[in-house]
Amino acid sequence: MRGASVELIQVSKRYGAALAVDSIDLKVPAGSYCCLLGPSGCGKTTTLRMIAGHETASDGNILIGPREVGHLPPAGRGTAMMFQSYALFPHLDCLDNVAFGPRMRGVDKATRRRRAMEMLSLVRMEGYASRLPAQLSGGQQQRVALARALVTEPSVLLLDEPLSALDPFLRVQVRAELKRLQTELGITFIHVTHSQEEAMALSDLVVVMNGGRIEQAAEPREVFSRPGTAFVARFIGGHNVIALPRGGTVAVRVDRMRLSAGAEADGLPARVETVEYQGSFVQLRLVPLDAARAPEVFAALPDNSFAAQPFAVGDIVTARWRRGDAHPLSDGQPPAGRPALEEISP
Amino acid sequence: MMDGGGVPVVVDGLRAAPRRSRGAAYWQAAPFAIVFLLFFIVPLCLTVAVSFWHYDEYSLQPGFTFENYQEVFDGCIAKLPSLCVTFATYLSTLRFALMAWACTLVLGFGIAYFLAFHVRTVPMQMALFLICTVPFWTSNIIRMVAWVPLLGRNGLVNQGLQALGVTDAPLDWLLYSEFSVVLAFVHLYTLFMMVPIFNSMARIDRSLIEAARDAGASGWQTLWNVVIPLCKPGIVIGSIFVLTIVMGDFVTVGIMGGQQIASIGKVIQVQMSYLQFPIAAANAVVLLGIVLLMIWALTRLVDIRREL
Repeated sequence: MRGASVELIQVSKRYGAALAVDSIDLKVPAGSYCCLLGPSGCGKTTTLRMIAGHETASDGNILIGPREVGHLPPAGRGTAMMFQSYALFPHLDCLDNVAFGPRMRGVDKATRRRRAMEMLSLVRMEGYASRLPAQLSGGQQQRVALARALVTEPSVLLLDEPLSALDPFLRVQVRAELKRLQTELGITFIHVTHSQEEAMALSDLVVVMNGGRIEQAAEPREVFSRPGTAFVARFIGGHNVIALPRGGTVAVRVDRMRLSAGAEADGLPARVETVEYQGSFVQLRLVPLDAARAPEVFAALPDNSFAAQPFAVGDIVTARWRRGDAHPLSDGQPPAGRPALEEISP
Repeated sequence: MMDGGGVPVVVDGLRAAPRRSRGAAYWQAAPFAIVFLLFFIVPLCLTVAVSFWHYDEYSLQPGFTFENYQEVFDGCIAKLPSLCVTFATYLSTLRFALMAWACTLVLGFGIAYFLAFHVRTVPMQMALFLICTVPFWTSNIIRMVAWVPLLGRNGLVNQGLQALGVTDAPLDWLLYSEFSVVLAFVHLYTLFMMVPIFNSMARIDRSLIEAARDAGASGWQTLWNVVIPLCKPGIVIGSIFVLTIVMGDFVTVGIMGGQQIASIGKVIQVQMSYLQFPIAAANAVVLLGIVLLMIWALTRLVDIRREL
């Protein structure tokens, strides 16, 4: 198996009047792990299905390796897809499920059974070869689906929310497994997810999508430390989106906020709304006195510096950040809604 | 079904008074059980009982004799390999059943496939489904008789063919023939085949079809290796409907066959009209046995109870 690069050039997908994917450009290098990240309805699954050949692009070109594949059926593209519901054939046992692809391509019985068995052992399911899918747990079904996708020796593996049906504990385990397989096999993985945590943990390339467009495509560290747009800053979490007095907006990481007592005009004066102790850090929710700059901002202070200079609910403080910590956002959207801040460890 | 006794009750709401709810369950099942008993079990037992009675030209005498069964199969073994009347009739009935089954299966499967996989919107599916049921708004007999002006010697089809110059003389085999009998069966019973198959198809996860395509299966390969295996329960249920109805039929064979074609249902009907109830009952019991055997064989192919 050899990884192939995937390139989308001005690809669009229209359903009647609705535009699901709006002329996107993307280049995924061969052998990399790429995550398409975004909220539901952002066009990430449609993009994946267009690469797989289960949807036809309304416009644009799709290249896998050096070849234009827009007109090819799924099996002719060198891709394999792993479906969200796994889509295992309920009437076939695990071995026959994995051997399905080779069987359709006319591989003789002995060879295809041997190959299927190899794939099952690759995902550590060789002991379940004669079980029906209904007799397997979700995680086991997922492994079989993975084996079935890999048996055709694809150069690109497409995964549609592969972890969403698993419980949180299993998810972390399977996530590591996926990364191991990708590194071992060296093929290109394109993985659709709505979890930024998953995308950060797995990918070499994170593609954040919104409303049918690509907001930012970069490596995870770049996306997290320099979000390109307000949407990205909010979606990946851990960022405040703040309007500058001179115009424009910046993203500042929650753990890069510095607080001092009293309202000063050179920073962002705000009132402390809540103080939550989180162990290694203390999280404060602040409401700026000038609501036009941001409806609310968060600050995560290291527990020792908070202990040295504590703040209480109702205090007036000034939030500041170093020049290098403020990243200008290209779309300059007025700050609306709350910054997506769930869990962040500074 | 579920027996309250051994099953640990887990759901909180059901924990209250299991004894009373068990009694209530019996009461709820009672009306249908009574209907079933009165109109199915009792007549069936009576039929079996009467099949052992003795009869002559003037009277029926309750008793226990196998002479009716002997009469049904009179000389059948001795005459082999040439067929006795009973065997020939069963064979003819079976032939009709198989022909009707094959035609309804192909048609029913095709229509169900079109509805399930090619019609995209549910309202459209429902509309087309209702159109399929339109013939059922009239009675069986009318639907059969309606073929007569169409297929008769001077019927629409013959006139049309002659006008087009396809044939010189009217075709005789269109009406009162095996063709017309099978045609009527197909017309009457395709829906019984289609509905269970459609039901099976509607439950097939669409991503399975995509997964097959992704694995490199062609349209026909997907049909043969994914759709048909997953439709098996529907096919078996539809087959049971069609085979049991056609095996016992005497009206369609009578009307569409011009009273010239033998069927086992027809034999029973004639014996009944001569008030030879015991032998008619014996024939009916034999027919029941054969139909049950066919159903048993079909259910061996697919575990319907598991699939439902």
